[in-house]
Amino acid sequence: MDISVSLPGLKLKNPIMPASGCFGFGKEFAQFYDLSELGAVILKAATGEKRYGNEAPRVAETSSGMLNAIGLQNPGVEKIVKEEIPFLKTYDTPLIANVSGSTMEEYEQVAATICKEVDALELNISCPNVKEGGVQFGTDPRLAEEVTARVRAVSTVPVYVKLSPNVTDIVALAKAAAAGGADGLSMINTLTGMRIDPATRRPIISNQTGGLSGPAVKPVAIRMIHQVYQAVNLPIIGMGGIETTDDIIEYLLAGASAVAVGSANFKNPLICKELIEQLPEALERYGFSSIEEVIGGAHHETTASGLFRA
Amino acid sequence: MRREWMEIVDHSAVAKDTYRMVLKGQIAEEVEDPGQFVHIQVSDRFFLRRPVSIADVHPDKNEITLLYKVLGDGTQALTEKRTGDKLDVLGPGGQGFPIEKDVREALIVGGGIGVPPLYYLAKQLVEQGIKVTTVLGFRSKEEAFLIDEFKALGALYVTTDDGSLGEKGLVTDRTDELRGSFDTYFSCGPTVMLKAIANQLEDVRGYISMEERMGCGIGACFACVVHTPEDDEKGYRRVCCDGPVFKAKEVVL
Ligand SMILES: Cc1cc2nc3c(=O)[nH]c(=O)nc-3n(C[C@H](O)[C@H](O)[C@H](O)COP(=O)(O)OP(=O)(O)OC[C@H]3O[C@@H](n4cnc5c(N)ncnc54)[C@H](O)[C@@H]3O)c2cc1C
Ligand SMILES: Cc1cc2nc3c(=O)[nH]c(=O)nc-3n(C[C@H](O)[C@H](O)[C@H](O)COP(=O)(O)O)c2cc1C
Ligand code: FES
Repeated sequence: MDISVSLPGLKLKNPIMPASGCFGFGKEFAQFYDLSELGAVILKAATGEKRYGNEAPRVAETSSGMLNAIGLQNPGVEKIVKEEIPFLKTYDTPLIANVSGSTMEEYEQVAATICKEVDALELNISCPNVKEGGVQFGTDPRLAEEVTARVRAVSTVPVYVKLSPNVTDIVALAKAAAAGGADGLSMINTLTGMRIDPATRRPIISNQTGGLSGPAVKPVAIRMIHQVYQAVNLPIIGMGGIETTDDIIEYLLAGASAVAVGSANFKNPLICKELIEQLPEALERYGFSSIEEVIGGAHHETTASGLFRA
Repeated sequence: MRREWMEIVDHSAVAKDTYRMVLKGQIAEEVEDPGQFVHIQVSDRFFLRRPVSIADVHPDKNEITLLYKVLGDGTQALTEKRTGDKLDVLGPGGQGFPIEKDVREALIVGGGIGVPPLYYLAKQLVEQGIKVTTVLGFRSKEEAFLIDEFKALGALYVTTDDGSLGEKGLVTDRTDELRGSFDTYFSCGPTVMLKAIANQLEDVRGYISMEERMGCGIGACFACVVHTPEDDEKGYRRVCCDGPVFKAKEVVL
């Protein structure tokens, strides 16, 4: 079965890509498999200047997931362009840069610099782990619209706005991104959480709070994508807790056109490759004959749903 | 580095809450240096892998030995594994202890569950004709392990917090007196101990092995990052792939 998908700026061989921050700039995973097999690669966050990030401990395990507070550690956009992207360009797969910042100007600067080197941008207005900026752009619809419009204006490639689940009304944020000119959406980023060690009586993560990812967040992501798909006419890259082909099918049915796999890469560095290999057969098992049929499938009454109900 | 289902060929208690596990598989062939580690998926119940040092290697039998202490749920669940079970292992990971050509006399300093990787190191040092003196610190006699094994490799001094084995006190009481009898030291243990050793032996070439909570264990997620001294341009090191072994002055303790 042909599992290729076309999205603004992205011709994907398959709808599966590693999520930002969970795959570095690809080098570490290239020792496990050929990155050309991936639908695309979403790069680790880029900011204007180099950032050290938060103090350790930066991760904590949770039931069915993990908390992280890396704090956008990266060498800065110039170094990423010079030292990291050339390696990824040796592979035959589209690149999506994750654009982060603390101010409107920083977002514009990063986007303008990195857009020349990649196929699309993922505008990260949803990182819960930095003190200033970041998430406030993702929780206030007015700011979300403005930063989207300003980045869209400087970018020569399509812009996917990455939404934060840490809001009451996800549809309002999706609409704001659409109004700002987004070409697509990416959802969801991590959910703010905390764990406390009974022995020390203190939060485990030094930043105190961290972003929750993994299977624990999947139902939240599915619900949000289902809502946004109905309200906004933009393609969605779905993510949150994907570990199996059934998870991927769930995302596509909810309304995602492609998916990203995040923290599952830590458990199994070969997960993306394995899911890509397994997806066609999994789709057939549920009676699908094309990938288009699956996307948004939960929103219409299909023959298959009648079939399985009987 | 690979992901492999390794077979558990031996699993037994060696001290209080401390277990020895022998794993068979190709990863054993790929170990380059003493001080490298494996990243273990204990079971589906756990989202993150657990890093454990390689304490010994038998390339002829394709086996590695691990020594681990029960500290929480993950290591507790590991004790339930039986001989013959398969374990999901990622490794070997990280940069181990380098053995420079001019090392003649080495001091090994280990504390508690930092001792295991030093055993494979000591064996390699002795094999290369280097004189090894070892100082190991444990909480008490019942928590001590690898005593006879280290004794077979050279002079061994043991300290315990309660004096139930060796001398009562800290490893640093001993290492101070041994000054001048070694040209290089190698250490692994709690950060407070590493710091004390690095300060005390500031003028000696030294290598230390560090611990930090990990995500990926392969260098991609930046969970395991530690600071470097101010004059370092990069400004950080990742314990999982730049380390866990560093030059004593390379990182901030
Ligand atoms: C490079 C390296 C080598 C190690 N070698 C050994 C060894 O040879 N033998 C041994 O007994 N232990 C070793 N450790 C420590 C071992 O990884 C922890 O004791 C273990 O992860 C605790 O897991 P848990 O589920 O029992 O504890 P929990 O506290 O329940 O674990 C919760 C989370 O915190 C992490 N964590 C807790 N303590 C540590 C720690 N000290 N270091 C890193 N992560 C931690 C766990 O991996 C897990 O993700 C090593 C650690 C590192 C970084
Ligand atoms: C360690 C770690 C680092 C992350 N870094 C970023 C980042 O830099 N930028 C970003 O947009 N999202 C980042 N994320 C969020 C992921 O891209 C993804 O949205 C989220 O983890 C949900 O997917 P998952 O459950 O499959 O991990 C990070 C997640 C983790 C676990
Ligand atoms: S644990 Fe992921 S970079 Fe070290």
